[in-house]
Amino acid sequence: MEAIVTQFFNIEIMVKALPLVLQGFGITLLICVVVIPLGLVGGLLAALASVSQNRALRWSAIAFVDLFRAVPPLVLLIFIYAGLPFAGLSLSPFAAVAIGFFLNNSAYFAEIFRAGLLSVHKGQTEAARSTGLTQTQALIHVVLPQATRNVLPDLMSNVVEVIKLTSLASVVSLGEMLHAAGLVRSLTYNASPLVLAAVIYLVMLWPVVRLISRFERRIAS
Amino acid sequence: MTQAAQGAVAPPTLTVRGLRKSFGAEEVLKGIDLTIARSELVFVLGPSGSGKSTMLRCCNRLEEPDAGEITLEGDPVTGPKVDLNRLRLRMGMVFQAFNLYPHLSALSNVTLALRKVRRLPRAKAEALGLAALDRVGLKAKAGSYPAQLSGGQQQRVAIARALALEPSVMLFDEPTSALDPELVGDVLAVMQDMKAQGMTMLVVSHEMKFARDAADRVIFMDAGRIVEEGSPEQIFEAPQHERTETFLARFSGRG
Repeated sequence: MEAIVTQFFNIEIMVKALPLVLQGFGITLLICVVVIPLGLVGGLLAALASVSQNRALRWSAIAFVDLFRAVPPLVLLIFIYAGLPFAGLSLSPFAAVAIGFFLNNSAYFAEIFRAGLLSVHKGQTEAARSTGLTQTQALIHVVLPQATRNVLPDLMSNVVEVIKLTSLASVVSLGEMLHAAGLVRSLTYNASPLVLAAVIYLVMLWPVVRLISRFERRIAS
Repeated sequence: MTQAAQGAVAPPTLTVRGLRKSFGAEEVLKGIDLTIARSELVFVLGPSGSGKSTMLRCCNRLEEPDAGEITLEGDPVTGPKVDLNRLRLRMGMVFQAFNLYPHLSALSNVTLALRKVRRLPRAKAEALGLAALDRVGLKAKAGSYPAQLSGGQQQRVAIARALALEPSVMLFDEPTSALDPELVGDVLAVMQDMKAQGMTMLVVSHEMKFARDAADRVIFMDAGRIVEEGSPEQIFEAPQHERTETFLARFSGRG
């Protein structure tokens, strides 16, 4: 019992690790701030393309979504960072993470937005068009607000997944939080920095998870 | 050209010539001709599948006609160079399922097109929106959301949404079919009131009593064609065609 406390919940080591872990936390936040909006926008565009009347556009979007949902994000990141230089394209770790996550996130967000778009009845667009709104205006003012609201809990759940997934950035030696914690662990032969990082994730994500449950209950009622 | 020759005579509010429409292999409209004069209330009857809703939806091109010409107050509705969104401001449409925007209040439902299509400032749009809600007796419900309103109230808000744009003609696609019987009266009263104020109306509906009381002309459609038309008395008391008679017989005792 004492061993588990010393190995995993060692306050002394946590205090020592804190500055480096917090620095990593800053990078985690930075990654999130970049990749989540990118993924949301990419996902929305892919979803709109996947329900488009244009067959070529629709099929490209579906192929894109299928491909990047099936490819493991870890492999994708390594390929972008370590593989593309062979094709003459060298990227910084941050750029590789941004592109990799953009592709992976867009595919997942696209499926969610697509479900949202399909949940809005066709009569909504017809009503808007019958009062003179253009197709784009009907989409912006009538369809999208309802589509987004209908899948808000799923969108937020995916945001939580993405935040946790940013720890994958450590494979391209981007010093995000888990990378920093792992570094201190290998120096001290003690796992407590990892627990510290987990606590920070928990503190950050718990309010979001609570909020999702509230939305889900509100939509169910 | 002919208009100039006729001088001050106004063109009919709505004309339909040779309208055809197919869905896949099935031709649902086989050449419809129809003229609606200003302030006229024309009522369209017919069995389900007769093409009456499709005809109505072709008038503002929610369904794209395969062939035929449509004009609104002399202006072409069909054809390549038509600004359809401008024209649709002049053709109000009311749907069977109301199709109110559930995420917007009653007032915002009514003002959306005023603000985004007619580009009126918010205050002006809201003044017009409240006036339109007042006409359907729902000014007090301006802040309510569709889910908080009864079916009859929702349909009246939908009518106000169309009315607020001051259309030249109102198209009604089975406006009371989705309503509980006790709520039908309120909607019909609003339509009667619009008729009294001179609105031009094309109504697809099964409300026979309303057709007898309010219609200027009744059209009976079957299998994609207009079978016969005439005054309510003619159609209901002395139908000329067997199909009209059979159809009305099935409805007798209901209206």
